[in-house]
Amino acid sequence: MHEMAICESIRQILEEQARSAGFTRVERVKLAIGALSGVEPEALRFGFDVVMRGGVAEGARLEIEDVAARAWCMPCAANVAISARYDACPQCGSYQLQVTGGEDMTIRELEVL
Amino acid sequence: MCTVCGCGEGGAKLEGGHHHHGHDHEHGHDHHHHDHDHHHHDHDHHHHGDDLHYGHGPAGVSVPGMSQTRLIQLEADIMGKNARYAAANRDRFTAAGILALNLVSSPGSGKTTLLCRTLSEIADEFPVAVIEGDQQTSADADRIRATGAPAIQINTGKGCHLDGHMVGHAVDHLAPADGSVLFIENVGNLVCPAAFDLGEGARVAILSVTEGEDKPLKYPDMFASADLVLVNKVDLLPHLDFDIEAAMANARRVNPRVRLIRVSARSGEGMGQWLDWLRAARAMALASRPVVEG
Repeated sequence: MHEMAICESIRQILEEQARSAGFTRVERVKLAIGALSGVEPEALRFGFDVVMRGGVAEGARLEIEDVAARAWCMPCAANVAISARYDACPQCGSYQLQVTGGEDMTIRELEVL
Repeated sequence: MCTVCGCGEGGAKLEGGHHHHGHDHEHGHDHHHHDHDHHHHDHDHHHHGDDLHYGHGPAGVSVPGMSQTRLIQLEADIMGKNARYAAANRDRFTAAGILALNLVSSPGSGKTTLLCRTLSEIADEFPVAVIEGDQQTSADADRIRATGAPAIQINTGKGCHLDGHMVGHAVDHLAPADGSVLFIENVGNLVCPAAFDLGEGARVAILSVTEGEDKPLKYPDMFASADLVLVNKVDLLPHLDFDIEAAMANARRVNPRVRLIRVSARSGEGMGQWLDWLRAARAMALASRPVVEG
């Protein structure tokens, strides 16, 4: 359940943004969550509502954009789409893959008052 | 143009004091009645008696055709704060030639036993220090201190992992000597610690043969981020159905560049290889120290 710790990080970023960008309430938060970032969007939603209580984003709507995983296949020398870390290359079947995308978690957009 | 709400005169029908549309008003009262058919504001107009208020929204001002909320584009890395703490730890380790190892595994993999044996075998070679992470108790730090190594316990309470900030504090307290090997024994958990960089020089995952050989596939994030996997308790292999080749193949499947060493903290099998890896990694940490002029 490190989703709770991740929600705490989101809350800190929102409180810092509220001070620097001068807003008092967050209506909507849009996150981009990589398929390989290691968090479960449903657990994140649960944690979000609980952790945001009493702060600028209490009751805010949470939108999650899924970011697909990508990898570099060494034998093919090409960028390929994967869905999990243990996937083989969809083109040649090799496991010689280096993940190139889908590991990050970012706050993409806020709608604020 | 009406300065209250911005409506143009052409479309507005106004009665009262401040607009004069060609007919006389004898009453002299200045009620401000607008016909708002042409407005498409998406917020409510507030009526207080005969007045119209547009400034009661949280922003205190109204812009025609716009909601009072605004959009902020951020692209803020959610793990950014931990990444900054981890980077500060890493800089500190690099400057002091300290090899920091993040030891991760499930509970019961024999991590602490392996660490105690390792400490007793290298104690005379170079300085060591240990950070022990557990939800509760100082039992593990006590076991480590019994070997003579300086150790500090971090109790995470409800937390399921160590983070960069906790490790930074622990390092302040421990003050490991330059050129030492710092072992950071993470909370026994194959899920959450994978996401938190501590600033370590290398991540070492311990997988014991009493677990399933499919663990690297079940917990791919952890095994994908490991530099070395120690397959522990190999002295038990004759008594188990554990397919060690399959386990190692699974680890390579999620992490093609991973190194694997079979060890037994009990029989001592593979300890020489593991200690050689440790000496080599420490030599690299020392060699990577920035050169200070003068």
